[in-house]
Order: sequence, then structure tokens, then C-alpha cells
Amino acid sequence: MRRALPAYVTVLCLLLLAPIVIVIVLAFSGPGYLQFPPRSYSLDWFIRFLGDPRWRESLWYSIVIGFIACIVATVVGFFAAYAFVRGSFAAKKLLLSLLLLPIIVPTVITSIAMYFVSVRLELVGNVLWIGICQAVIALPVVLLILLSALQGVDVNLERAALSLGASPVRLFVKVVIPLAAPGLISAALFAFLTSFDELIIALFLTGVRVQTLPVRIWNSLHMEIEPTIAAVSAFLIGVTGVVLLLDGLLRGRRASTMKTRR
Amino acid sequence: MSETLLPPHGKGMLGARGALELIGLTKQYGDERVVDAVDAEIRPGEFFSLLGPSGSGKTTTLMMIAGFVAPDRGAIRLDGADLTHVPPQRRGLGMVFQNYAIFPHLDVFENVAFPLRARRVAKAELRRRVEATLALVRLERFATRYARELSGGQQQRVAIARAIVFRPSIVLMDEPLGALDKNLRYAMQVEIKELQQRLGMTVIYVTHDQEEAMNMSDRIAIMNQGRIEQLGPPGEIYERPRNAFVGRFLGEANLLDGTIEQIAGDEAALRTRDGVLLRARCRSPAITQRTASLFVRPEKLAFGDVPEADRGESNCVQGVVQRRAFLGSMIRTTVQIGPTTQLTVDQPNLMNGAGPQVGAPVVVSWAVAHTLTLPE
Amino acid sequence: MRRRSTLLMLPALTMLAAVFLAPLVLFLAQTVIIDKDAPPFWPHVLSVIESRVMLRTILITNWISLLVTATALLLGYPVAYYLANRRGPRFTLVLFCVIVPYFTSIIVRTFSWMVILGRNGLINHLLQDLGLIDAPLPLLYNRTAVVIGMTYVLLPYMVLTLFAAMRSIDPNLLRAARGLGASGPMIFARIYLPLSLHGVVSGALIVFILAVGFFITPALMGGPSDVMVATLIERSVEIDLDWSTAAVMSLYLLAVTLVLYAVYYRVTDLRRLMGT
Repeated sequence: MRRALPAYVTVLCLLLLAPIVIVIVLAFSGPGYLQFPPRSYSLDWFIRFLGDPRWRESLWYSIVIGFIACIVATVVGFFAAYAFVRGSFAAKKLLLSLLLLPIIVPTVITSIAMYFVSVRLELVGNVLWIGICQAVIALPVVLLILLSALQGVDVNLERAALSLGASPVRLFVKVVIPLAAPGLISAALFAFLTSFDELIIALFLTGVRVQTLPVRIWNSLHMEIEPTIAAVSAFLIGVTGVVLLLDGLLRGRRASTMKTRR
Repeated sequence: MSETLLPPHGKGMLGARGALELIGLTKQYGDERVVDAVDAEIRPGEFFSLLGPSGSGKTTTLMMIAGFVAPDRGAIRLDGADLTHVPPQRRGLGMVFQNYAIFPHLDVFENVAFPLRARRVAKAELRRRVEATLALVRLERFATRYARELSGGQQQRVAIARAIVFRPSIVLMDEPLGALDKNLRYAMQVEIKELQQRLGMTVIYVTHDQEEAMNMSDRIAIMNQGRIEQLGPPGEIYERPRNAFVGRFLGEANLLDGTIEQIAGDEAALRTRDGVLLRARCRSPAITQRTASLFVRPEKLAFGDVPEADRGESNCVQGVVQRRAFLGSMIRTTVQIGPTTQLTVDQPNLMNGAGPQVGAPVVVSWAVAHTLTLPE
Repeated sequence: MRRRSTLLMLPALTMLAAVFLAPLVLFLAQTVIIDKDAPPFWPHVLSVIESRVMLRTILITNWISLLVTATALLLGYPVAYYLANRRGPRFTLVLFCVIVPYFTSIIVRTFSWMVILGRNGLINHLLQDLGLIDAPLPLLYNRTAVVIGMTYVLLPYMVLTLFAAMRSIDPNLLRAARGLGASGPMIFARIYLPLSLHGVVSGALIVFILAVGFFITPALMGGPSDVMVATLIERSVEIDLDWSTAAVMSLYLLAVTLVLYAVYYRVTDLRRLMGT
């Protein structure tokens, strides 16, 4: 038993990482058919990915939509999280459960419902609208991160600012936002990632013209598995890696500032 | 340099600002009245303490004065102007928090400059005032440090500097020395008191430490269960508590339950449950019931009989030493004077801890003038 | 100050109402307000839900979701236990292995399993190279593939939920049990398992909730007989253009999800939803 558990955990961890490692390795394979381990290594598939204007266009849309979703979700989510942490009102938990609904309701239903409305409002393919729709999915993520970040901000710091004469706006700009900054950046990063990786809403709302990276991967998978997808997938994994890395650094900073406050 | 911190010209004489009135202040959470009809008038330039056990409502009262908690009933007036519904940022009161609440993302200079920036004070003036205030609390060399690089006492000084730099008429302090160790606490008490007198500011100070309150305050309000039990100068409250709670809370006290046998003038005779008859001063309207507590401070008690001539002015009882505690500067002796009655006697440690030993029969005596009857 | 902070809820609530709730209501209203020659509400709903396709799909969906939940629980419990009782670099390493897939795009994770299980995929290649098989095995486009893919995607939710519950178990309780003379298996069965049970319930609920509404993985990795409800809904919109049938099926799926969410709401701190 003593040795079985670590052995089991090791195997499972390898199984968890294997699919991701395999995709990354494949992305660097040489020309020819997808094979593992590859016979040779090259950057061909990345060159093909970034050389193809259609893939490049998808990348651009993914980034733009990701930014819109990130900004909308972070701003709206920050205010809501602040209200949850500092406000006193009835039915707090119920309201929170409502705001978390977007990750509970099957995304297919949400997407079809959004599509249903978007068609009538002629918003299908509208980049801004897609960003806002994905922001709804990112909102719960932002909210959960900021709830814990704002709970770490001592309420007396806010009281001190007010007693020293700060207006509510100054309180936010000079005290609350700087103190919540690590959490805010984390929230923004994960909001971007949520939108950047999101497939189903994009699938319904992007139409023919505007296709994000996940949508184009989906379409390709339905036809034939071309190796370029491995490169695109590796790229998406890379973005996840960067987000997790930045978040880890921020967490480190948050932890060290906490310590000094006892 | 300290004159820059005095009230600006034309605002009247030193100490003329900073009169605070609390009128029937009440706060209720659910069924519980945390603060119950608190009335107080705090005079300009006064060091005023709210003293009480935890949960007595002292912090909630302070939070209502600061504007962070809205009272359910009652009013707060500052120099005659109604403050009850003014938001905290427009009350202009300085506040020092229990955990200092120093902004961790700003250095010492910017922390102290914060209230001036909020008031859009011009650059040169701001620098001058921040530097003067930092000098006042002896932190001029620490302007570029952050809170995490300062000791507890230094953080405390930053908090004070920040609360006085904008010349508030009143400074509120919420257990500001709670986190410091004992020696530093005393040094800081002296420092805060000196600063307060030098600047002539009104301070409202919340603490649960009776020595701290007595050391610093001009007047103390003893709070219990949301009410002010007694309000007055430390000496008066210490010597003449209005009830048993106040007597017990502010310092050590002997409180013996008994029944009043007779009242003659300002003197009452009280029989303890063990049947010992003792005499005490009695402020006539306070005692109406037959049962009361006899109150005397342990340091007023002495061993040995009193001369025949003074008998009329003293209480004398016999007992056996039950326990002796060596407290350094004094010896605390517990004497059993009846089956259920004990007296505590504090003597200064004058001769290497000498005094009656456990088991020794003793006579304890004290002046009737130091003895009070208190309502239950 | 208090009242004003409450007002800060408004942007989020407005956005949720306008972009999420309103479209849902309008879309689901299709079940009631259809064209003028539409069938009446209840018979229509019943006809959709009682149709053989739908009944079969519901059964399959529930079965697959149960399998995935059970598999994730069995695989995840030991890992969560390991995480809850380790500190230092090993803890970080194992957590890393759980977190990285968790935040990787679902489409990427599904693609990876397609590469591994595909006809010309990794496993078939390996087996052929080893001479164990002559012709490639049909590993993809069947129910096992769906269960493997979905378990892989949902396992991190289970591990993180269990971990959060286990971390709050006071280690002194276990020491006390040992001090009282309990054996290792007894401590686990009588102390640890009961105390981690609410984590098991929360983890199972959240995985099941996400599984019944799952779309991407079953759609890409399943065969013709592994169609799940979400896929059926998507098809009736995309292929049949039958909005009202899609709405009825969505209503069913939504009802199941919300009932389970209500249970989850009762047993769990919602802030643990993402396992953070």
C-alpha cells in the first residue's frame, strides 16, 4: 500500500500528460503522415499553420474575440465580485448560483439559444457580439477567482482610505484595484483563455466568414485529420502554458505579500 | 516644525474644534442590541477612552463615529454639525486601526501623503507637511520603506502620522497597541499621549486594557453589553465605581455580597453571607435594595490591627492566609475570612517578599473611607 | 457604502439576463409558441420525449455519464488523497499534471485522443509494429472511446473537488485515531472515507452534470450508436432545422441539469465549483 499509491499516481499523471505531450511532439514532426514517434522533426506544420492565410485569419479572430470577452468579463465580474464580498444583501448564495449558471447549463443549449436570438438580430458573425457571448461563459471563472482575491483584501484598508478622505472612485483606483491586481490579472488571463479555447458558442455564432481557431480545428477534424491541426493544437497548448505560468508567478507574488501582512 | 500641524489660523483657538456629541446612539444586529442608547459628550482636546470587555459595543460605537456602521437610532454631532448621515470620507476624522491598515502597495511617504492627495493639496505643501509629520513621529528616515519592512512600533507610527497629517479635529483609535508586546506598548502609550497634548487634538480611544486606558485618558467610558456603565476621569472611576461590574473591570477588587443592616448618614453596615459585619460609605440614592456588594481595593487593605483611636474609622476582620502570589512589585495574599468569603490583600514588595505565610492567622484592616456599597 | 456596493451587481446581472437568460427563455418558448398549425404543448413535448430515438438517446446519455462519473471517481480518489497528504515538489508536480489538461482546450484534448486511438493512430501503429495484430483495431468511434475521452476531460474536475474536501480534513483526527489504536485500513474506512464523502458527492454531481450535457467529445469520438442528447439537439437544429424539437429536448436536458445543480447547491460551497 505504501508503495502502490505513489506508483499508481505516477502512472495516472503520465496518462494525464501523455495526450498533451503527444500532440506537442507530433506538431514538430517532419513531413509525411502523422506518426508517433515521428521519423523526423521539423517546423513544417507550424510554418504551414502560420503561412496559411485562412489559419492566420482564424488566429486573428480568436485573439480579437478573446480580448473582447476578457475585458467584458473581467470588468463586469470585478464589480460583481466586489459586491459579493463587501455588500450585504439577501439571497447572496442564490445570486451567486445564478451567475455561475453559464458553466452548468450545457453549452450546446446556451449556444443554440444565443444563435436563435442572433439570427433574428442579424448578429451572427459579429465579432463584438461573439466576444460578449463568450464573456458570459467566462464570467463564472472570473467571479470565482476574484471572490477569493478580494476576500484577501483587508476591509480595514478600505476603511482607512475612506477615513482619510478618499472618494469612492479614488478608493477603487488607488486602493482596491492595486491590492486586487494579481487576482484581477489572473482573472483576465483565464477569461481570455476560456474564450480563446471555446468551441461551441463560436461554432454556432461565427458563421462562414468568421472562424476562430477551435472552430477551424473542429471543421478539419470532421473532414480529415491533417497534421497542421497538431501544430495549431500545440499552439493552443502553448497559450494555456503561458497563462498558467503567468498565473503561477502572480500566485507567488500574492503569497509573499500575504505573508508580510501576517 | 510642529506648528504646521496645529489648526489653521482663523479656525479659532487651539482646542476649540473637536467637540463630539453622541446622542442615544443605538445599533441592533438581529435581536441583539450591540450598542444601546449611548450618550456622551467628548470635549475638545480631550483624550477619551471607550473601555470594555470584547463584545461590549465599544468598537461598534467607534465604527459609528467613523461612519462605517450606520446607527439605527440616535445622532452624532461634531462641533454642533450633524454628522449622522455624512459618509466616512467627508467626516474628516483621522482613524488608526487595530492592525494599522497601512497600504501595502504604497511606501511610508505615500501612505502619509494619501489624505493630502485626496484633498488635492499642492505638491510643495504636501511634501512639507508629510515630512513635518514624519519628523513628529520620528520616521523621517523611513519615508521610502514599505510596511513589510517596518517593525510593529514603526508601523504604528506610520498609522498615526497618516491619521494626523490632514489636521483632523478628532482622531479615532481602535485598539492601536493591541498587537505590540508589553514594553513597547507602554512606550507607545507615552508617545501617543505626548503627541495628543502637543497637538491639542481630541482622541477617542478604544481599548480593553484598563491600565492603558487609565494611563492615557482624561476621561473613560466603561462599556458593558452596549451601554456606558460609568463615565468619568480614571481616578474617580477607580476609586468610586458606580456598580460591581465597573469595580471589577477596572483593576482588582474585593467584592463581598451581603445584606444591608442599617444606614446612618453616609455610612452603611453590611453583613456578609458568612455573618461578618462590615462598614462602608454609601452614596445614598444608589442603594435601595437590601442586598448589595461591599467594595474595597486590595491595595487599601493592610495586615495588623489598627490603633484603638482609629477603630471607629476602620474595618477589622480575622482570617487565615489561603494563598500567596509573588507578582514582582507586589505580593498578593488571599485571606479566608469566612467559610465562603475571601479577601485579596496587595502589599508593595518592600522587603524581599516578606509577609504572612500560608496558614498563618492574620488580622486584616482598612479604612471605611475606602469602602463602598455597590448595587448588585 | 453597503447599498452602493450592491448596485455593482447590476452590470453582471444585466449581462446575464440579456445575453444568457433571455435567449434561453426565447428559445425554449419555441416549445409553446410554434407555428399556427403546430401541435399543442404537452402532446408535442411527450411525442418528442417518448420517441424511440429520444428515449434511446436519453438511456445512452445517462449510461455513458454514469460510467464516466464512476471511472473518474475510481481513478481520481487516490490521486486526490495523494495530493491532500503531500507537500513540496511532489505535490506541485502532481497538481501540475492535473491542472495542465484541465485548462487545455477540450477540442485539443479530444483531438489528441483521436490521434492515439485512430485507425492509423498511435496504439494501432504500436501493436502492428510489435506484430501483435495484422489489421488495425477499431478503437475510435465506439462507446469505449467516448468514455475514455470524456473521463480524460472530466477527471480534473473530480480530482480537484475531492482534493478540496480532503484538504479540510484535520490530520489530528487521523493521529487521534492512530493514538487510540486503530489500524490503517480502519482509520481509512471509519474516519477518512466518511469525512471525504461530501467531496465524493460533490465531485460525482459536478462530473455527472457536465457529462449529461457533453457535446464535443462524444460528437467526435462516438460512433452512430453513441449519440448523446446534446448531439441530438445540435443535429435537429443544424441538419433538420427543427427548432421546436430541439427546444423540447433542451428543456428535458436543462431540467435534469438544474435539478442536479440544485442538489449540488445544497451539498457544496459554490466557491469550490472550479476546484480552486
